[in-house]
Amino acid sequence: MSLGPHADFIVAAYAVTLFVVAALIAWVLLDYAAQRRVLGNLEGLGVTRRSQREG
Amino acid sequence: MAVIDLANPTRFLRIVDRVLPWLIAATVVLFAVGLYRALNAPDDYQQGATVKIMFLHVPAAWLGMFGWALMSIAALGTLVWRHPLADVAGKAAAPIGAAFTFICLVTGSLWGRPTWGTYWVWDARLTSMLVLLLLYLGVLALYWTAEEPGRGARAAAILSLVGAVNLPIIKFSVDWWNTLHQPASVFRLSGSTIDPSLLTPLLIMALAFTFLFVTLHLAVMRNEILRRRVRSMRLMQAQEVRA
Repeated sequence: MSLGPHADFIVAAYAVTLFVVAALIAWVLLDYAAQRRVLGNLEGLGVTRRSQREG
Repeated sequence: MAVIDLANPTRFLRIVDRVLPWLIAATVVLFAVGLYRALNAPDDYQQGATVKIMFLHVPAAWLGMFGWALMSIAALGTLVWRHPLADVAGKAAAPIGAAFTFICLVTGSLWGRPTWGTYWVWDARLTSMLVLLLLYLGVLALYWTAEEPGRGARAAAILSLVGAVNLPIIKFSVDWWNTLHQPASVFRLSGSTIDPSLLTPLLIMALAFTFLFVTLHLAVMRNEILRRRVRSMRLMQAQEVRA
C-alpha cells in the first residue's frame, strides 16, 4: 500500500482520529471505575438512596 | 417488554449491561473490516491516496451532526416531559458529538491542504461545522458549570433546540452558497457520485463509527446514572449527619 506524496497528511489524520477515540474510550472506562468505586464506598458506609429505603 | 420500561434507570442499566458486550464486539468487527477495505481501496484519479482521509472525515461529520440531532430530541424529553433519562441521554451525547465534530474539522483540514492548497477557508460548510463545535462546547460548559444540575440541564436543552437550526445550514450550505467544499456526493436523489470501490468501504466505516457512537453513548449514559446515584447518596448522607 503506497500513500503517495501526501502520506504525512493521511497518517496524521488517522493518528489524530485514533488519539481522540482512544482518549474518549479511556475517559469512559476511568469514569465508570471511579463511579463504581465511590458507590461501593458509600454502600459500605451503609448509605442508601431514598428509592431503596422506600422499596 | 414495553419501550416505556427503558425509562426506568435501574432497568435501563440492566439492559445496557446486557447489550454493551455485543455492541463492542460488533464495533470491533466492523472497524476491522472497514479499515481493511479503506486502507486497500484504490486511489482517487484526482486526489490520489489522500482520498483515504474521506473514510474518517465523512463518518465523523455525519456523527457530529447526528449527536446534535440526538441532543435536540433529548431536549424535548427534558423540557416537555421532564424525564431524567432524557437529560442523561442529552448530556451523554455532548462530549461524544464534540469529539466527532473535532475529528471532522481536523481531518478535513488535513485533507484540504493537499487537495485545496490550504488548511482552512471561511467557507460556509467549514464555518457552520466550526459553529457546531462551538455550540457543543457551550452545552458542555452549561452542564459542567451549573451549580444546580436541573438548571444546567434546562439551559443545555434550550441551547440544544436553538442550535438545531445549524443542522440544515450545515447540510445545505454547499447548495445555498458558493463553497470550496464539494457538494453532497453520497446521499443524492440522483444517486451517489462515488465509485463503488470507494463507496463500499466508506459505508462500512460509517456503520463502524455509528456503532462506536452508540456504544460510547450507552456507556456514558450508564456513567451519568451512576454519578447521579452517588450525588443522591451523598445528599442523603449529609442529611443524616445534620439530623
